[in-house]
Amino acid sequence: MSKLHFTRRRLIGTGAMAGAGLAMPTIFTGASWAQSQGGFTNAPTGGTVTLGFNVPQTGPYADEGKDELLAQQLAVEHLNGQGDGGCLNTFSSKALKGNGILGKKVQFVTGDTQTKSDAARAAAKSMIEKDGAVMINGGSSSGVAVAVQGLCQEAGIIFMAGLTHSNDTTGKDKKANGFRHFFNAYMSGAALAPVLANTYGKDRRAYHLTADYTWGWTQQESMVKATEAVGWETVNTVLTPLAATDFSSYIAPVLNSGADVLVLNHYGGNMVNSLTNAVQFGLLDKQVNGKDFAIVVPLYSELMANGAGENIKGVLGSMNWNWQLQDEGTKAFVKSFGEKYGRPPSNSAQTCYAQVLLYADAVERAGTFNPCGVGEALEGFEFDGLGNGKTLYRADDHQCFKDVLVVRGNQNPTNPYDTLEIVEVTPVEQVTYAPDHPMFAGGELGQCNPGA
Amino acid sequence: MFGLEKKDAALLLIVAVVTLCAPILLNPFPAGSEMAQFNAGYPDLMQRFAIYGIFAIGFNILFGLTGYLSFGHAAFLGVGSYSAVWMFKLLSMNIIPGIILSVIVAGLFSLVIGFISLRRSGIYFSILTLAFAQMSYNLAYSVLTPITNGETGLQLSLNDPRVLDAARTTGSLPVTTLFGAEMRSATSVQFGVWEWQFSTGFYVSAVLMLLALYLAIRIFRSPFGIMLRAVKSNQNRMSYTGLNVRPYTLAAFVISGMYAGLAGGLLAAMDPLAGAERMQWTASGEVVIMTILGGAGTLLGPIIGAGFIKYFENIFSKINDNVLHDWFAFLPDGLNDFVVTVIAPFFGDGWNLTMGLMFMAVVIFLPGGLVDGARRIGRLFRRKPAGAKRPDAATKPAE
Repeated sequence: MSKLHFTRRRLIGTGAMAGAGLAMPTIFTGASWAQSQGGFTNAPTGGTVTLGFNVPQTGPYADEGKDELLAQQLAVEHLNGQGDGGCLNTFSSKALKGNGILGKKVQFVTGDTQTKSDAARAAAKSMIEKDGAVMINGGSSSGVAVAVQGLCQEAGIIFMAGLTHSNDTTGKDKKANGFRHFFNAYMSGAALAPVLANTYGKDRRAYHLTADYTWGWTQQESMVKATEAVGWETVNTVLTPLAATDFSSYIAPVLNSGADVLVLNHYGGNMVNSLTNAVQFGLLDKQVNGKDFAIVVPLYSELMANGAGENIKGVLGSMNWNWQLQDEGTKAFVKSFGEKYGRPPSNSAQTCYAQVLLYADAVERAGTFNPCGVGEALEGFEFDGLGNGKTLYRADDHQCFKDVLVVRGNQNPTNPYDTLEIVEVTPVEQVTYAPDHPMFAGGELGQCNPGA
Repeated sequence: MFGLEKKDAALLLIVAVVTLCAPILLNPFPAGSEMAQFNAGYPDLMQRFAIYGIFAIGFNILFGLTGYLSFGHAAFLGVGSYSAVWMFKLLSMNIIPGIILSVIVAGLFSLVIGFISLRRSGIYFSILTLAFAQMSYNLAYSVLTPITNGETGLQLSLNDPRVLDAARTTGSLPVTTLFGAEMRSATSVQFGVWEWQFSTGFYVSAVLMLLALYLAIRIFRSPFGIMLRAVKSNQNRMSYTGLNVRPYTLAAFVISGMYAGLAGGLLAAMDPLAGAERMQWTASGEVVIMTILGGAGTLLGPIIGAGFIKYFENIFSKINDNVLHDWFAFLPDGLNDFVVTVIAPFFGDGWNLTMGLMFMAVVIFLPGGLVDGARRIGRLFRRKPAGAKRPDAATKPAE
């Protein structure tokens, strides 16, 4: 079929061009990344250091992501000595001086995770490969956190997880380069169960509706275990598709099941919809087994509370942190956030803010940006003054151990931000578990990776 | 050359040269300068250009030639990724077995779906493929979690068997290789003020993309390809002449499914993770947009479309408000804020909006895609009258 006639001259010419093209990658044998820059990925060279903030800016958790981004920007300001210093003044470690990190001015780049593992990894990669980010921070959703954590482990940089609540992040998918400040599903169960037993009695029958993905399952497992330990009975557990928006067909069977508590292992829009459906069906006004029907939402966030509006009144749940806490760290953070953005921060914002400061402080104490040094400085680090009280970054699984809040939808909110009230601050001892707890088994940290 | 006509050979050669020099061409702005944020020449993005190029080339064989609009091609990409990651987990970190398996599995999967879906044409075919893809997505997300690891995505772990190279696994996760050459290794070269990154992963993807393009050209110019075009222009007439078109369309469907599988396998080879959202309908829609944006039925169009979309997704999305404020820092404060507020929705998280506007503009003013635009501009500067051009079935509208 070919009717192509090359003259000799053209053949030589094209051949040479193609050859040059093919040989291009081998002609230059310049120094690779690591050798020229000090033994680890993206070692900062000039007077600045770049942090990567990877948060959902589009998709279902976009609002949360934007709040996280604002908090991270605030943290950078405080690190660079601008603003009022926020939690730098209350932080128990005094290594940070407000002159950047190790004297280098802090810059940041942002990426959009779209709440998709693939997109999140692409965004993180672009920040690592193109912008030279030395740490990735933030994100909502456990799937994304686990995916990006794996990437950071391979690339040899530190990952500070944002809002991720699944047991797996520091359980079966834990990594040496990844660290989590946020609490997890096990802690939610352990903190909630005693409060539930006190409030509703020990002979309750629970019905679980669970979002059908990794986080939902670990959340359900934790809640079932914890509530059964205080004497509750689990009537049924039903998985609901993540994309579901109408839960009526799942709520109706609850009424006939003989259950008197409905546990909604849902998050975000799922939770708003399922709770609204449940309230519309009049569950909260019902009497079953001679007791008032109750609804429990194990993981709360401010944005969900806003979304569900009136329906959350009196509904119990747990949180990592709330702006209404009265310790010095919280007050300092809420003050600087409020002055800059005109509203109180969410608990995901607080986690991301704390993670940036914790990373910066660890670098300062280690005296290097090398992820292995930073990891060592974070492992077993005990601190206070960031809003969660006394906290330990456990070395065995890189999980923070701190008090957990049990909250309830406020019956009489006085302002738009006052949707949740704190019922109890569960002490850290009660939510601590062994590193080899069965719900967290199956993974290993591996060795820290400083990159090529 | 290689059984190609002169014009096609020249096209392939140009694409080859451009692709192989991509690390240089895509970094036109000096490192460290203000404009450096528009550089696209970093390994991850270049790999995506090449891989999604393959995906779109394959899609174009089905859509561009037969006119059958599949809205479920992402399913094959996802299946390819999962197969490749499983190969990395079970057999070896060498990418060859992974990629071969992903092409085979995607081929079989597309055979099944194609066999059922191709009983209908037009919108019914689109809906059927969409339904199958969404089904695969939902299965991967929940029921098939033991195989797909659900929402978290399938990842490597330290205690995978990896039969062929178990002995070499040390404390950290292994990396994908091609006979020892690590996919993620990159050589960075300083050339004056520029900085170029030559990565193994990109060159592997690029070579495969060139092979994929070569194969696509051969298919386009073959009697089989002409048969497919005939299906597009009038399927009824084909049937009346006594031809059974189903085998042809099914073959095209399976071939394009295998292309998608190859792309999926490559994605996993560059970054060993496979997530269910790779199969979501938005991902299927993306490849449709890539192909139409670049020019459906043209050889180069899909690659250009894929590059455009991936560029926007990765570069444009990072232009946040702070960057915008910097750009307009020369304006007085109030005006600066005003300008940034007005244009901010089109940048950063609003990249989808910009993309959408561009897509609309292309569909309305350049029905043949960006390639059509380039051709029109080319015609403006050519001395020969436009009538001399080779007739091209590609720009005919679908039925």
